[in-house]
Amino acid sequence: MSKKVTAGNRGKSAGSDCFVELELTDTGGIQLDLKSKVKSLFGAQIETLCLEVLHYFEIKNARFSIEDSGALDHVIAARVEAAIRKLIETDKEFLLDILPQNQTVTARDKKRRSRLYLPGNAPKLSLNAGVFGADGIILDLEDSVATDKKFEAAILVRNTLRATDFYGAERMVRINQGEKGLVDLDFVVPHFVNLILVPKCENAEQLQAINLKIKQLQTDNNSSNPIHLMPILESARGVLNALEIASAENVVALAIGLEDYTADLGVQRTEEGTESFFARCTLVNAATAAGIQAIDSVFSDVSDMEQLRKNVLKSKALGFDGMGCIHPRQIKVIHENYAPNDAEIVTAMKIVNAFHIASEKGLGVVSLGSKMIDPPVVKRAQTTIDMAINVGMIDQDWRDDYVG
Amino acid sequence: MSVELVKNAVGRMVPTEINGKPAVPFQGVGNYQPEGRIHAPKIVSCADYPQDGNKQVESLKAALIKAGLSDGMTISTHHHFRNGDLIAVQIFKIAQELGVKDLIWFPSAAFPCQEEIIEQLENGTIHHIEGSLNGPLGEFASQGKMCGTGVLRSHGGRYQAVQDGEVEIDIAVIASPTADSFGNANGVDGPSACGLLGFALVDSEYADKVIVVTDNLIPFPCIPWQIQGNHVDYVVEVEQIGLPERIVSGTTKITKSPDRLHIAELTARFCEEAELVRDGFSFQAGAGGTSLSIGNFFGEIMRRKGIKARFARGGSNKYLVEMLEEGLIEYLLDGQTFDLDGVRSLRENPHHVNTSPFTSYNYHGKGNFAGLVDIVILGATEVDLDFNANVVTHSDGKLLHGIGGWQNCLFGKNVILPVPLFRNRIPVICDEVTTICGPGELIDIIVTERGIAINPRRTDLIEKMKNSNLPIRTIRELKEEAEHICGIPAKPEFSEKIISAVKWVDGTVLDIVRQIKE
Repeated sequence: MSKKVTAGNRGKSAGSDCFVELELTDTGGIQLDLKSKVKSLFGAQIETLCLEVLHYFEIKNARFSIEDSGALDHVIAARVEAAIRKLIETDKEFLLDILPQNQTVTARDKKRRSRLYLPGNAPKLSLNAGVFGADGIILDLEDSVATDKKFEAAILVRNTLRATDFYGAERMVRINQGEKGLVDLDFVVPHFVNLILVPKCENAEQLQAINLKIKQLQTDNNSSNPIHLMPILESARGVLNALEIASAENVVALAIGLEDYTADLGVQRTEEGTESFFARCTLVNAATAAGIQAIDSVFSDVSDMEQLRKNVLKSKALGFDGMGCIHPRQIKVIHENYAPNDAEIVTAMKIVNAFHIASEKGLGVVSLGSKMIDPPVVKRAQTTIDMAINVGMIDQDWRDDYVG
Repeated sequence: MSVELVKNAVGRMVPTEINGKPAVPFQGVGNYQPEGRIHAPKIVSCADYPQDGNKQVESLKAALIKAGLSDGMTISTHHHFRNGDLIAVQIFKIAQELGVKDLIWFPSAAFPCQEEIIEQLENGTIHHIEGSLNGPLGEFASQGKMCGTGVLRSHGGRYQAVQDGEVEIDIAVIASPTADSFGNANGVDGPSACGLLGFALVDSEYADKVIVVTDNLIPFPCIPWQIQGNHVDYVVEVEQIGLPERIVSGTTKITKSPDRLHIAELTARFCEEAELVRDGFSFQAGAGGTSLSIGNFFGEIMRRKGIKARFARGGSNKYLVEMLEEGLIEYLLDGQTFDLDGVRSLRENPHHVNTSPFTSYNYHGKGNFAGLVDIVILGATEVDLDFNANVVTHSDGKLLHGIGGWQNCLFGKNVILPVPLFRNRIPVICDEVTTICGPGELIDIIVTERGIAINPRRTDLIEKMKNSNLPIRTIRELKEEAEHICGIPAKPEFSEKIISAVKWVDGTVLDIVRQIKE
């Protein structure tokens, strides 16, 4: 007799999820038992999908039960597949269609002010995550997923990358540390993940291994979409190796994880952050030297917006470009406070306006008064303007009534 | 028994007879105007009542017997105690004990705490309920187990039904947190304080017999006399009329759900950009998490702009009271009091005003103030492409909620439904609502987390918002996105049996709810 396996979640907090139990039998075909909140409206569709997945993996005889709390197809399929693959060895994957908008790539220097962490195994949270306007959304396979749920989470994250519209947010996945993380790549690389967060990164070799695995998967898969890396420095050694890490191939941003870093040092994480000042400055310098973005640690009190605001202003002053979020409410505060201030905007407007005037006149050189403006300065000014527009500080068509 | 069905003005097939009484199909908003005179209560003479004003009798049972409780009577109660009511259940237990049959229960709303009444529904003590059928009673009715047909009315519609003589209340039992032995009563004092008693007003005015039940009997006069003793036949003192912790929640809470907060914020931003939030405006927002949070965002806008609201319409709660006390709101017109801060404020603050369905909603008044409210925030289980909305049934056809003041509030100037695009995979925006509770012509804006749809009839708002950065979409786009995410649900299957009628505010039949096929 085969053993019984389960996947997914049930109970009050498991909205948009389902819980499946599977036991292979010798005879009797598939005995399917469905309990669902939405049975009268979606019961037939759910049953059809479950049978389709079971048939795909050539399961002929089994006792299968599903307790559904309003899960979408990609979640149900992930749960059924996870249960099956806990019982049988297979290379097959059951893939539903990928959304066209989830096959987009992102630029190396895309804005990464906010990145919203979501536990990889909680479909309820990922479903609407895109509406909050974060620059990036992280499906986490590491700390927020219990050890015995890692496998089903990887399958769910794969399906989520394909099926959930994040409305333009960069699709990010935080993989596990070490070997486990390399296995995670199998589930995400072929599915248009934009960026991989590498936790506890301590040296460039770790990144080489990841890059190698990505290349190999992309060769097998005949794909070549860019996959960026964002290593997270979470230890003294990682911080000391910041520059080599920042300079590794495909790295677009360097992040810091202060909970683990302070634990590594054996010190308390404080509000003032004196204990992490060196690490944060080191990171900013390494990132700048390597021409990539510096990303700050999350602020963990989700109810204290005022303290978050102060924290972001401090972070911006140190040279960071963005910060992690653990609650959607933090996004707006982060965007507003990494945004340029009034003086920065006024200067940027002058520069961008001068640039437009120069191009309209067909001049090769942009100048402001007697000063010549270099292209990187124009670009930075344009970024400032974009950020100001993004948070509603100035209008999209500000130049219409710009008087200088 | 087969009753003739006719198509009403919103295209729904409705019966011309309900529980053996003739029923008028919905004829369009404002089109039904009955003539004649309002139904009147029986003439009484003060000579029949004790000269010393003492109407106290020893028990609820004694009072019911004195009131002549007998077969087929209509018994009314109010729901100001929400899920903490202890009296309604007792009335029907007493009726059962006395062998009385076929009563009609006419509550202003029913709550899960009255689940025990199912026993009297099953054994024939109660024939049917005319009032909200939510929770366990809704479930019971959904299964087709209730003898008669339920009749769902709005708070205003309840007043209208009594004034039209459509419902004749034989005995009204008014549980009152404080009362004197003459029958004057209020909700602001006493261990079971619930704020106001407005839902019981019509019962006190029109019922043949009125019983006031209290657990806080004080010497005459009971001030304020929200219920006037001049309407009251008997007064009963009991140990306890309600469970305070369920009557008023100590803490009404603003939602923490990121999804709801997002919808609330979009709603507030819409109202600000459309200049609906301006100096001297008025708004109504319920006590649900999303509504509370919208009120809170309005507060932020008012502070930032240095403006005030002339009045807010409650459901009062801590947040509205704080805004009143801060001076952001000049008057709080209260319809029911949700928490202890609301009760205290109503008792102490003359700008916190006691209202009833008569002042706020009644169809047979010379106007009512529902139409004076600038911004009205309401919920819905479903909204369709014509902006028709449903509040009583779920998409699976189950009858789970009452109408409350929802229909009446639709007469506000800008009616906004902040709803998620889907719940538990079930699209909220759909082709056609399961049950029409509100005609789309009265519903102006739908705010979901994925976009805001403005009713095409509101060309003024569409024009105003044409350059907005907010995600303004068509209702069809929202529906399609919901179906894209969720899939297209199957339609629930119904049997022939009509379990409940949904009345419009004028007493006509807007829609019906059928029993679900098992």
